[in-house]
Amino acid sequence: MSLARNLLVATLMTVVTTLLLGVLYPLGITAVSQLAFRDKANGQLIARNGVTVGSRLIGQGFSKPGYFHSRPSATSTPYDAANSAGSQYGPTNRKLVDAVRANVASVRGDNPGAPVPVDLVTTSASGFDPHISPAAALFQVPRVARERHASESDVRALVSAHTEGRTFGLLGEPRVNVLELNLALDDRFPPSR
Amino acid sequence: MTLNGWLQILFFLATVALVTRPLGAYMARVFNGEPTWLAPVVRPCERLVFRLTGVDEQHEMRWTEYAVSLLLFSIVSMLVLYAMQRLQAFLPWNPQHFPAVAPDLAFNTAASFTTNTNWQAYSGESTMSYFTQMAGLAYHNFVSAAVGLAVAIAFVRGIAARERGTIGNFWVDLVRGTLYILLPIAIVGALFLVSQGVVQNLRAYDTVHTVEGAVQTIAQGPVASQEAIKQFGTNGGGFFNANSAHPFENPTPLSNWFAMFAIFAIPSALTYTLGRMTGSQRHGWAVWAAMAFLFVAGVTTAYWAEARGNPLLTSAGADQTVSALSSGGNMEGKEVRFGIANTALFATVTTDASCGAVNGWHDSFTALGGLVPLANIQLSEVVFGGVGAGMYGVLVYIILAVFIAGLMVGRTPEYLGKKIQAFEVQMAMLTVLVFSLVILAFTAVSSVTTHGTAGIFNAGPHGLSELLYAYSSAAGNNGSAFGGLSANTLWFNTTLGLTMLIGRFFMLIPPLAIAGSLSRKKLVPESSGTFPVTTPLFSGLLVGVIVIVGALTFFPALSLGPVVEHFLMQSGQVF
Repeated sequence: MSLARNLLVATLMTVVTTLLLGVLYPLGITAVSQLAFRDKANGQLIARNGVTVGSRLIGQGFSKPGYFHSRPSATSTPYDAANSAGSQYGPTNRKLVDAVRANVASVRGDNPGAPVPVDLVTTSASGFDPHISPAAALFQVPRVARERHASESDVRALVSAHTEGRTFGLLGEPRVNVLELNLALDDRFPPSR
Repeated sequence: MTLNGWLQILFFLATVALVTRPLGAYMARVFNGEPTWLAPVVRPCERLVFRLTGVDEQHEMRWTEYAVSLLLFSIVSMLVLYAMQRLQAFLPWNPQHFPAVAPDLAFNTAASFTTNTNWQAYSGESTMSYFTQMAGLAYHNFVSAAVGLAVAIAFVRGIAARERGTIGNFWVDLVRGTLYILLPIAIVGALFLVSQGVVQNLRAYDTVHTVEGAVQTIAQGPVASQEAIKQFGTNGGGFFNANSAHPFENPTPLSNWFAMFAIFAIPSALTYTLGRMTGSQRHGWAVWAAMAFLFVAGVTTAYWAEARGNPLLTSAGADQTVSALSSGGNMEGKEVRFGIANTALFATVTTDASCGAVNGWHDSFTALGGLVPLANIQLSEVVFGGVGAGMYGVLVYIILAVFIAGLMVGRTPEYLGKKIQAFEVQMAMLTVLVFSLVILAFTAVSSVTTHGTAGIFNAGPHGLSELLYAYSSAAGNNGSAFGGLSANTLWFNTTLGLTMLIGRFFMLIPPLAIAGSLSRKKLVPESSGTFPVTTPLFSGLLVGVIVIVGALTFFPALSLGPVVEHFLMQSGQVF
């Protein structure tokens, strides 16, 4: 084949495959997904009293003592789900050690004497990890129970009920969805006014 | 480390082993032009594509014509991707109204996606329109993988051919690889991912009012369709900046397993295809065993290092102990649903293959945990490797291995009945040398000029690791990063863009030349002097050659980066 002819084939091939793989394929998948998995395809948004309060999969910030707190976020404004990012701190970066030390200091009072679970004081990869470890949830129980005027055992039971195990008992790690847990908390033990 | 962690790793490897034979045999049929069960649906599409593009599917190409066709296709499709980014403001599906991508970034990204690297100096959710993501980036995820696959198959044909001189037809291989293999599994994969919670829509970003009354904007997009081929094609470019750590891109442990499985599926199956097409199935498994050995070595190191954690975090008051309620370990830059085992495993898989997707930040790994992905890339990503790229990469090492074995016994080396002579060894060495040269030279220049050092985020030895990782990732067409590096600058966009192009085409044209040369050769009968390539001894020799070449080249640089950082981290030094 001559070079010019080959160039023509290359151009036509780019056009034809772009239409198929770059337009038809994603639009087809979108159409099927919107029909078969509408909620999941749109991000599993959660509404409460008619207001969309977040997505089941996207962590959000909680700072009030009556709520369980999410993991620290390293997005430029925390929990910015339009700009996912991690801290990128290397293991010997002074800022990493300082940040962890400050985070430990701010949660220590929640549960004096108990070891501070590492996930509660380190930033997540996405910047809005929807989960905390069961250890990090239980660590916060005394504070939340106190604020909600509930017994620690009741709050602990709520945490247990919202703890997801490993898939097939094998894959992933046990975890607690912070937003869902806090919504359940508001239902069960409404915040005192 | 926990028993569960090891079981997860074992389960993953078992699923990869299980798919190797059926998928490998299927791919051999596809590329031999034999009928397959998908033919009733796909064959009419295939003929339509050939008719529209004017491809004669009976035409056989010599390696030179094959290489020219491949280059022309890469150039044209790369230019289209560049233009698409520059013009995205005028194109459809841009609900966030993103403006044109800057010229140097658009060049870098076009080079990146054309070369199957998917290095990303941008954040997807704040830079690229849905149209650019679908028709530009995800499109290249398909075709760059199909190009790699084509070269691997052409190489294998060259080995199997007898005095033929031709190695197949590039256009036919490209179209078959796409229509019979990549597209069907991407369709199934994308729908599975949506069922797990990966989003797939064209809506504008959602604004929600959080429980505590803050406003949160949530990025959306056609993610699942891109995610499926991102992994199956070992591309790795995230729809979002956080890549496979983003809950919309990788929401569950099952989607995470699927991502890793998809990365290894085709590369692993290609070892079976190699055995099938060359008539030596045991050779295919011997290659698989060498790869599996290197994989296990990598994941063991990474998992151990991350589970052990960072002593500096312990002294800051964090509890890194593993328990039934916490995965413990170094959780900085990791997600709870994946924990330590799955993040270490993912990092190993994504760099064994030339994928580059990440589900946690390699920059925040411990020193030795971060050494594993870096070293994996520097071993040329032949541990299963990229789609096609891993196969033609390992064939280069196999040629070196049989050459070294031949030197030891003083006979002309043979490989599956083909004499390995000066030309083949020269071409093999060319790929090895260009790869090392481009990484070390650019890293060296970057580490002593302000253009380079200005981008460093983490001080101390980690800063050198960031530079070394960037050029290794670019040359190896991996695309993962020590992400602290500020890479969206004229210097990095240009030099990394060039590194990716060199790392792709200098790694891909010499193997085609070898294939052309082998294809012309006579088959020589096996004799007592033939070094058998089906034994554990061969697997061991192959591992040895891969590790020795990599270690001799990169150990000095690694010792100044992650190795010294490890000892400083242990002694409590911070920067």
